[in-house]
Amino acid sequence: MTQRGPFLFLVALLAAAGIASAVFRNQQYGIPFLPGAQETLWQIEARIDFRASGGPTQALLTLPPEQGGMKIVRENAVSAGYGFAIEERRGQRRAHWSKRYAIGDQTLYYKLELVPSGDDVWGTDAPTGFTPTYFDEPYQTAAATVMTAVLPRSADALTLAQELVREMNVEPQNQNLSLLLDRYSLHTLFTDLLGQAGIPARAVQALVLEDGRRRQPLIDLIQVWQDDHWHLFDPTVGPVTDTSKLLLWQTATPGVLEVIGGTRSRVSFSIISQTRPALTLAVADAREASRFSLYSLPIEEQSMFKLIMLLPVGAFVVVFLRIIVGLKTSGTFMPVLIALAFLQTTLVPGVISFLLVVSIGLLIRSYLSSLNLLLVARIATLVIVVVAIMSVFSVLSYQIGLEEGLTLTFFPMIILAWTIERMSILWEEDGPREVLVQGGGSLLVAVLAYTLMDQELTRHLAFNFPELHLVVLAVILLLGRYTGYRLSELRRFSPLGQ
Amino acid sequence: MTTWSSPFRLWRHGVLGMNARNVAYISRYNARSRYPLVDDKLKTKLVVRKASVTVPDLLLVIRTQHEIEQIDSVLANYDKFVIKPAQGSGGKGILVIVGREGEYFVKASGAKLTAVDVKRDLSNITSGLYSLGGKPDVAFVESLVVAEKTFEHISYEGVPDIRIIVFKGYPVMGMLRLPTRESDGKANLHQGAVGVGLDIASGRSIAAVQHNRPIFRHPDTGYPLSDIVVPHWRSLMTLASRCYDVTRLGYLGADFVLDAKHGPMLLELNARPGLSIQIANNTGLRPRLKAVEALDELSHFTAEERVDWSIEHFATAAGGQSDFWETASAAETGTVRQHEQEKEEVA
Repeated sequence: MTQRGPFLFLVALLAAAGIASAVFRNQQYGIPFLPGAQETLWQIEARIDFRASGGPTQALLTLPPEQGGMKIVRENAVSAGYGFAIEERRGQRRAHWSKRYAIGDQTLYYKLELVPSGDDVWGTDAPTGFTPTYFDEPYQTAAATVMTAVLPRSADALTLAQELVREMNVEPQNQNLSLLLDRYSLHTLFTDLLGQAGIPARAVQALVLEDGRRRQPLIDLIQVWQDDHWHLFDPTVGPVTDTSKLLLWQTATPGVLEVIGGTRSRVSFSIISQTRPALTLAVADAREASRFSLYSLPIEEQSMFKLIMLLPVGAFVVVFLRIIVGLKTSGTFMPVLIALAFLQTTLVPGVISFLLVVSIGLLIRSYLSSLNLLLVARIATLVIVVVAIMSVFSVLSYQIGLEEGLTLTFFPMIILAWTIERMSILWEEDGPREVLVQGGGSLLVAVLAYTLMDQELTRHLAFNFPELHLVVLAVILLLGRYTGYRLSELRRFSPLGQ
Repeated sequence: MTTWSSPFRLWRHGVLGMNARNVAYISRYNARSRYPLVDDKLKTKLVVRKASVTVPDLLLVIRTQHEIEQIDSVLANYDKFVIKPAQGSGGKGILVIVGREGEYFVKASGAKLTAVDVKRDLSNITSGLYSLGGKPDVAFVESLVVAEKTFEHISYEGVPDIRIIVFKGYPVMGMLRLPTRESDGKANLHQGAVGVGLDIASGRSIAAVQHNRPIFRHPDTGYPLSDIVVPHWRSLMTLASRCYDVTRLGYLGADFVLDAKHGPMLLELNARPGLSIQIANNTGLRPRLKAVEALDELSHFTAEERVDWSIEHFATAAGGQSDFWETASAAETGTVRQHEQEKEEVA
């Protein structure tokens, strides 16, 4: 007999491994612990139109960088006849289409799927090669005057940017600013003014996500660097606080679209949002991460495993009911197989057809016992009888219009035949009462196992977190060493407790 | 009377539960490799002879289907016999023939069987209907035990048997099982036989139950169960203890019958003896098992020594004995009185 210590260690190890793996996969791939969790999926389509001038043609589209608020789950490009590659230069990803010869109107698509990650940090790529900006005269003087007015009212980069926004939007406008705005665009001026004060800032372009919008342009925004990450500013309004519906598209290169060998190029965006089960999204993620998961199997085998993975749950119910409660069943795991069949037939039709098949089988079996058959032949006869009963019932119920009758075929026939045989022997030797006790016990265990296995949560966890079966295994191992009384024994031995 | 008892109460009374029996005793003390010795009654018969334990005479062994066809001539020589599956459990498949009536074989219950019925039973046995897992089995026929006169008044049809639990060679508890009409002449508590707890020191009855409930009289004969003393008690204990020596199974149930001519005979051994014996003895098994476990392995070498030790330590105090019978008989007379009162009220 193994010592208690190593045994408990093994049990704890199994349980810990199961739970740790489940938590890890939940955190890493976002596989939800609860079934039916929903997540929004944004589908964005960038459409590029231009007129090719007849010759080698290239189109370069800046792609959204990695960012805090959104997670890119899938991207692809549709472009007939074009070579396509995604390249990365100075921290900026770009889609690159190319063609040896193109003429006339061209349309290229780039599609992107995003999920909000619930994270608010907007980019932590530190500003590189930053140098304070200098204006040409007389703008330098004007800029210096504006900043001298604003600077004392600020405490840090963010408050300075905020004060600058206020200063720029004051009516009537400051004369120095008017001068500067005649020369520079609002966004350039904003970044340059901050740059002059020694604060890293950059002009970026973002897409506002709104369901069902077509032909949307990118909007211009400013990012100001402070506390190790970028903060978004709208120079006409102030800090952008709600970033949940924003997709940062362009941060480094000046333009979004660059077409070589074409004219009249433009890019527009269409956006739709979908609500999808969080699971579907996570599965796509996990499938890519690991070849060794159930998700990598073909769909048909997956649905098979959805059933197989419930078996340990049923086995656990049997162990619990026999060791802790002390129920009598006919055949140890026969109830689990019946419960699996109930999963397909649903409970009430399942129980009714099970009772029907078994009782008719018992009737026929009582005749068989007068035939003096050898055991194997008798069981084989019962198998055929069961098949016959099933087909007759299926046809009958279909004719009557009871579709439920057709699910009868899900019952394991050999198991039914053996059940009938055992019940019949039990009846002859121990009387009908024992048949009721054991048959009822088996049915009760089957129904309880079914009830647990049929829970949405059980199905979800059993298939999506197969590692949790290690926890089930650990509990079963523990139960295997349980030496306490069974519930039924409290009654059985009650005369001794007097 | 309460029908449920708290687990702590049972624990205090030393009751051994099924899970504890399986984990702490059977799987710890019974080596798997020794199971076939007791699971196959034919093997048991042969092995216990080495320990000079008497068993009923073996008349016939049937191993294959075609041997069944040839048994008519052999069976014609015997009026009384018992057919058993070598690997049956719980008394299943046992056919007791107590006499002949022309063509027919008469069962203990008086029911008549034809030769075809008997052959069907044999066929069921050999094809493995009663064996664990449905393995093909061997049927054997042995001579019928002639019941000792002592138990005449307290058994119905069948032969009473004596179950002794032997732990590491020490007899720890004993019980007399009396067939009833309900149990169809079988000494099987599960089927309604009466279990009578026995004092380890004297073989005197200390308590009796049927269907786990205390009773005072045999339900069919109405004879009181309080003053039974099992004859050859000391010899039964020694034989049971010797069974440990040949099987080396630490937790063992030995079933004996008392033959009028040959005295104690071993019927079968059981590596997973049931727990109802505790109810029949009105005592839990656990303290006795613990006492034996606490013993030094080298304390006693012979069966006689072990039996002496058991008698000294597990004897039931005389007071405890009478208490049960007084309560049981009082309860019974109480019921009778109540019936009479009810009758009077109706009148």
